[in-house]
Amino acid sequence: MATIITEIPVTLSKDEILRYSRHLIMPEVGMEGQQKLKAARVLCIGTGGLGSPLALYLAAAGVGTLGLVDFDVVDYTNLQRQIIHTTADVGRKKIDSATDKLSAINPYLNLRTFDMRLSSENALELFRDFDIIADGTDNFPTRYLVNDACVLTGKPNVYGSIFRFEGQASVFATEDGPCYRCLYPEPPPPGLVPSCAEGGVLGILPGLVGVMQATEVIKLILGVGEPLIGRLLLIDALGMKFRELKLRKNPDCPVCGTHPTVTKLIDYNEFCGIRGEEKTVANGVPEIQVEELKRRLDAKENIFVLDVREPHEYQICNIGGHLIPLNDLPKRVNELDSSREIVVHCKMGGRSAKAVAFLQQSGFTKVHNLAGGITAWSERVDPKVPKY
Amino acid sequence: MLRLMSKIHIPTPLRQYVDKQSTVDVKADTVAEAMSALVAKHPDLRRHLYTEDGKLRAFVNLYVNDEDIRYLQKEATAVKEGDSISIVPSIAGGACRCCPSCW
Repeated sequence: MATIITEIPVTLSKDEILRYSRHLIMPEVGMEGQQKLKAARVLCIGTGGLGSPLALYLAAAGVGTLGLVDFDVVDYTNLQRQIIHTTADVGRKKIDSATDKLSAINPYLNLRTFDMRLSSENALELFRDFDIIADGTDNFPTRYLVNDACVLTGKPNVYGSIFRFEGQASVFATEDGPCYRCLYPEPPPPGLVPSCAEGGVLGILPGLVGVMQATEVIKLILGVGEPLIGRLLLIDALGMKFRELKLRKNPDCPVCGTHPTVTKLIDYNEFCGIRGEEKTVANGVPEIQVEELKRRLDAKENIFVLDVREPHEYQICNIGGHLIPLNDLPKRVNELDSSREIVVHCKMGGRSAKAVAFLQQSGFTKVHNLAGGITAWSERVDPKVPKY
Repeated sequence: MLRLMSKIHIPTPLRQYVDKQSTVDVKADTVAEAMSALVAKHPDLRRHLYTEDGKLRAFVNLYVNDEDIRYLQKEATAVKEGDSISIVPSIAGGACRCCPSCW
């Protein structure tokens, strides 16, 4: 594997030589390799679950220029896995929090921070100043955006992805290798998978996968070993099994194929079907606000509260509703009395909107969706109800 | 033809629909037969893998051993005793997209 770093105008100081001693005494890295690392410019998309270990290790390893793109703010739910951020950072910009940690680890690091959401308008210009792009995002539109921008600018896309106990890693968009669209031409439609009921991620998993991404970045810079080009590594953290599948460059790929139809960046939210289907479901059903539900329950009105979340969510918090998970609703609909007024809720209002639409189709007429779900209840009615 | 036993690897997000098993053994001569045996055994899996008109969803890839069936004979790809079939859905991260506030 040839290195992608062809010019090495940098030298190492005496302090840097000491710092990178354990690299320098390995022939596979050595002085030349360490200089390549210092000359390299790597852009990390996201400083979250994957981006945390990725950026920490790249900084420690001596990658000279590290770019970070993130628009987000640290919150409490991040801390279970986003190890670059600490409890004291909650409320701070992730970019600022990450900058502090990375500079503390390696003061020789040239950090370039981009406090923005990666978009079709800024991606190409941003990518041009870097040698390698490491994709640590958490959603489909950005995945396709990163991939297409990598293909269009000719930058390798070091890919890692996680969900629950499942991980995937590969290197896309090298000159002769496949891209993400060769693997998955289309994203899943929103609303199918995942939902709040099926979401979540085991905290250690982004650590495992992010470190694999860091490993691949470093191999690409050094030009050693066999990068994951044309291979998809599957990680099953439950069985702790690793499997490898072959990836082929698809000659009909719309972005990297022989006759590409995607020649510039597109609207990736639209491509991923976001803003369509889901909103019409949520908009089409009658809603009730949390304050009104509270007032009417306090007035002892005859209202039946139906909770369509999963049993493990009910254990976290509940407002005393009758629990029927959304997927079980069709077979348990006979537990409900259609003559009573029913208010349906979930965590945020998405699943309960679907439940209301289903109940309406089943002949229920007095059924409302609790806008904002139990989260809105916690924020606006009863702060003792924990948020999750 | 004598139908042979193959093993289907279930990715962790879909194991909840197959009684938490990591693999399911089916008797089949082709990938199509193996997959229909799988969804016959575990009907809840069907909507995650197939569209309403019975097409394999575009974000679900199937492999026989380490080869993508799109580059073999697609779902008509033959399977032999001891072959393993992998279901590999695309995953993006832990973000939830079930409602507007999650977008």
